[in-house]
Order: sequence, then structure tokens, then C-alpha cells
Amino acid sequence: MIVSRRQFLKTGLAGSVLLALSGWLNAAGARSLSDGEREMLAALANAILEGALPPEGERRHRLLALTVDGIASAVAGLSLAAQKEVGELFGLLVLAPGRLMLAGVGKPWREASVAEVSDFLQSWRSSRLSLLQTAYAALHDLTFAAWYGRSDTWDAIDYPGPPRGYF
Amino acid sequence: MQDPIKSGLAAGWKHVDASTLSRGQTVDADVVVIGTGAGGGVTADILSDAGLRVVLVEEGPLRSSSDFRMREADAYPELYQESASRKTADKAINIYQGRCVGGSTTVNWTSSFRTPPEVFDFWQRQFGLRQLSADAMSSWFAVMEHKLWMRRWETPPNANNKVLAVGGEKLGIPIGSIRRNVKGCWNLGYCGMGCPTNAKQSMLLTTIPAALNRGATLYTRLRAERLRFAGSRVTALDCVALQADGIHPSGKRVQVRARHFVAAGGAIGSPALLLRSGVPDPHRLLGKRTFLHPVVISSALMPDRVDAYAGAPQTIYTDHFLHQAAIDGPLGFKLEVPPLHPVLFSTTLQGFGEAHARLMREFTRVNSVLALLRDGFHPESRGGEVRLDSNGLPVLDYPLGDVIWEGARRALLAMAEIQFAAGARWVFPVHETAPGYPSWAEAKKGIAELPLKPLLCRVVSAHVMGGCGMADTPQRGVADHRGRHFWLANLSIHDGSLFPTSLGVNPQLSIYGLVARNASLLAAELCGRPVPQIP
Repeated sequence: MIVSRRQFLKTGLAGSVLLALSGWLNAAGARSLSDGEREMLAALANAILEGALPPEGERRHRLLALTVDGIASAVAGLSLAAQKEVGELFGLLVLAPGRLMLAGVGKPWREASVAEVSDFLQSWRSSRLSLLQTAYAALHDLTFAAWYGRSDTWDAIDYPGPPRGYF
Repeated sequence: MQDPIKSGLAAGWKHVDASTLSRGQTVDADVVVIGTGAGGGVTADILSDAGLRVVLVEEGPLRSSSDFRMREADAYPELYQESASRKTADKAINIYQGRCVGGSTTVNWTSSFRTPPEVFDFWQRQFGLRQLSADAMSSWFAVMEHKLWMRRWETPPNANNKVLAVGGEKLGIPIGSIRRNVKGCWNLGYCGMGCPTNAKQSMLLTTIPAALNRGATLYTRLRAERLRFAGSRVTALDCVALQADGIHPSGKRVQVRARHFVAAGGAIGSPALLLRSGVPDPHRLLGKRTFLHPVVISSALMPDRVDAYAGAPQTIYTDHFLHQAAIDGPLGFKLEVPPLHPVLFSTTLQGFGEAHARLMREFTRVNSVLALLRDGFHPESRGGEVRLDSNGLPVLDYPLGDVIWEGARRALLAMAEIQFAAGARWVFPVHETAPGYPSWAEAKKGIAELPLKPLLCRVVSAHVMGGCGMADTPQRGVADHRGRHFWLANLSIHDGSLFPTSLGVNPQLSIYGLVARNASLLAAELCGRPVPQIP
């Protein structure tokens, strides 16, 4: 879905070194999200869903955790090839060098602000490297699917949900 | 609500969920049909009616009305290929394809069009398909229209479709209403998640139950891996069972031996099966010329509620822009109106953060119009190519070239003009850098300058066609006009992969009609009976 090895090689030495690291990280095979990946995805969702999430606080944290759960189950529904590519992307982003070099985020994910994460997402979105554009698109789609797939998000957009009581 | 599938199973239909197999199997049949969508369903019906023993092989699950709860979070992973996020090799096109019993007919939006006469004319000229014409096919279309209740839809369009009707009328663009294959439709608007009221006359509710009533066997969660052949005859189909998740192989295998083999896995699945099997392909045509009707989308904020999730999804269309130039000239496009549901809309909508949230808060006022670009006719529109990845699974490489983008720009302009004519307050093409426009004048200027490139402009597809194209000779096609493979005598292809170009219309009825004809010819041959008298 996101990163093919060949494309990665095109991004140069830094890319291939990082890929080797993430390949090592993913060598364990099929897995659930690590704590580091959950933290990273929560930080990303915290920016992607700004405006949809409630203000900073306990409720926001709980909803972010639910969204990360939703991302995990969305990833599990992808083809094995796409799951592997998503795994490589997540594996890169949780490593400090990957976070620094690819995302340009200088502090651990849990400390990154909405503005810092938004800058990184915007840079991938408008990147000239199709690798980063597709990575942005995957994070965009997974996060919004996880968020708007849940019925408790529908009030805010005035969607009444599917018809009830007919069946 | 009665569930006819549950009733059929209770009455003794032969259904094997391969994820539950505790050991491998070898099965014998007269004909094995690979895939249960538009092509496989019609084939199984006609062959079983001729008294042949049919085995159906489906990679997806058997789901039915009592499972169809109209929730995207359940429906996409259960009923679609790759949870509705299948993509082309460069990830620039998202492909929506069903993967369940009934295939895409279980989740389509019910639009029913015959293959246009000018498409048959083009196939005759370019591919020598002289047996196929609008006249010769009309009886087959009529048979399937009757069988599947494809009728005029008399209910007024929902507010979403009305935007296209009103805008078109204001601009003097002829507008038509779309025939739908429904019987007693409740006008709910959730066709894409499986019909919860059994109104949609999909393969799931029509041809497949008919075949099962006649003793056909249906395997689900079973992936067709490879055809075995000796000389010019296929001898067996090797299949791998999947786990209940529908993704991981379970380790169990099923082999089906048969007199005849029908590939009906759709225009990605069928070429991939033939490629994996290494069938003869001396002219290197297999998997080539795969077409998508690439779709670009224009969304609009309307002054009043649209509630685009409610009511029959796709009921109004215009072919005006298909007829502005020769069929092999600059790409024409068909305009239709898709339903909007929260996941479908939010994932397709560009941007993130507050900008995205602001548009989502206007969800109930949004109208979207889509343009299906008619690919495969212009000499430079050669479509894509299905290849295999290192695991033998299909990858579709579809380069988006200048010919496509030129058409896409005209389409975005046409849709915006129609939306403003219908009263839109704001129009935003689905594109990463389009800011949205408050007036037609500004949209006209903005869209003219918009950079149209892969991954910037959102492109989707729900119509995969080609890859095993028909022609008169093996130099320019994989199969003949009957869908018979040129090199393997007992192999037929019965699905949208036969089309040598795209169609310019939603494909279900084109597949039903052609396959009804070809399955009837095949049944006559296999049973030693005279061929049907329909021309």
C-alpha cells in the first residue's frame, strides 16, 4: 500500500539503511501494534483529527486510543502485501532516526505538538517524492476510516446513521 | 425480514466454507466456475439448468441480508477486495471491487445500462468481433433485464441526484434516469453495503440460489490458485483454503477436476489466475489492456440539506460529454452521482485537521458528482497491466497519462459548472491542492490551472475491465467472441476481463448479456444439444 522496496532504494542511502532497520524490526512477523507504534499513531491522529476531537484532556486521550484500535483493525483487513508495507512505514516512524530524517520531528512522538505533527504531514502531502505522498495518503485514509467508522463520531457531522427499527 | 440465503442453507444447499476444512479435498464436476460475480453467477445458473454438475469457487465469504447492517466499518472489510482499499501499483487509483458471494453485484449501486452500440461498432472495426452487435445482443440483454428486474426507477431522485438533474437542465444538457435492478426497493441508500431488504436483484439473490437449488456446490473462502493443463486441455484447478479472516491461507488445499473450466474472477482475478497458471500466451496479451473508467470527483456545498447517504444512490446520469468527439478522440465521460457515507466521504476528502473537520461538519449539505472517463478507445489510452507480485497475487499497473488528465480537467470543469448551475455555494474538486471555489467564474479559472498528477488529484474506479480481451484472432486477443480461450480448448472466460476496451457505462448488464449468450452456447456444446435460437 505504501512503500515498495524498490521505491525505497530510490530514496537513497538513508532510506535503505532505515529500511534495513525496519525490516529487522518487523522480522518478528505478524504482530499487533507495539507501544511505540501506538504512541506514534496517537500523535498522528491527534493532528489529523484536530477539529473533530474534543479539547485536550482525558476524553481526547481515550478517543485517540479508540482510533488507534480502529487503525489496527483496518490494517488487519488489508492484503498481506499492503500490511507488510504499512508495517515498514510504522516501523520507520517509531525509530528516532526515521522520525527525524523522514518526518523531521525532533522530539519523541508523545511530546510532539499538533502544529509540529501537522507540519510534517503537510510536508509529506506536498512532497515531490511519491513515496512520501502515498505514505501520507495511507495515514490519512486509515485514520479517517477508523474515526468515522465509529457511530459516536456521527452526531458531530449530523449523520443520523443507518435507518433503524425497520427490520 | 426473511433471509433467503439462510433459508436455502437450512433446506440443504451444498455450501462448503473452506476455512472450516480440516483436511484437503479432491472434487469432481462437469464444470468449475471460478468466481461468483456477474459472470460466474449467470454461468452457474445456465449450466446447472442444462443439467451439468457445477462447482462454484469463491474467495470471499457467503453473506446475506441478515448480515447487511448498513455500517461501513463492517461492510468494507467483509464484502470488498482489500477492505475497499485495493490500489493500483503506484497507489494513485483506489479500486472498489466486491469480494463475497455475488461479487461486485452484491455491493454495486444497481445502475443498469446495455453496452452502447458505438462500443460494439468499435470492437467490430478494431478487434474483428463481427458476431457482436447491438442488434445481435439485444435479445440477451432483454432476457437479463427481465430476469433481474432492470426497470425504470419511478421514485423521484434524492436531493443528491437532483443536483445533476437541475444543473443539467439549467445548462441545456440532456439528462437521463438510470434503470435499476431492484424489486420492491425501499429507497434506503445503502446498496454499497449489501442490500438489507433483498430488493437488489444481485447474483447473490438470483442466479446463485437457482444453481444451488439444482444441486450446484458452492465453495467460499477458497482461492483459485492455478489451472493445471496437459497439451491443450485443462485438467484441474488447484485451490488454497483461506482462514476465516479471508486473508491468510489455512494450509488446506482443494483440487477440482472437471470437463470444462470457467474463469469469472473479474478483470484483475482472471488474468492473474491465467498468469499464475502459465497458460500459453505467445503474443503477450494476457493482463494487458486493463481498463478502469478512471473516476474524478467534484463535491459541492449546497444551500440546503442534501443527505447524500439517503435514497437510491445513482439514479440520474448524462452521456452528453461522451458525444462531444469521435469515440477514439479526446476522452469522453459519463456523469453520475455517488452516495456519500461518513467513511467513504471522509477518506476521499482531501486535507486533514481543522480544514477537513470543517467540511465534515457540512456533511449533510454536500453533493458529489463523478465522471467516469471512457478509456481504451483513444490510441494512446491503452489502459493498465495486471502483473503478479512475489506471492503470486495480482498488482495492477495503470499509468495515468496526459490523455486521461486532459479528459479529467474537462470533467472537473463540467461538473463544477453543473453544480453551480444547481445552486452550489462552493465547489471543491477532490484534489490535494484545490482550494475550493465560491463561483463558476473562479472555478473555471482555478480548475484550468490545477496541476493534474497522480496522487494530487484523487482518482478512483469501481469498474475493472479487460486483461483477457476478446478478438477474432489470437494475435490480438486472449479469447474469441464466445469467451473461449484461444489455446486451451476447455477453458472459457466469462467476466468483464473479456472487454477489449472500457464501455462508457456501468458494466453489470454488459457482463450479464454477453455471459448469458456464451454460457448458453457452452451449455449446448457440453450437452450435445442444438445452440439456442436467440440470434
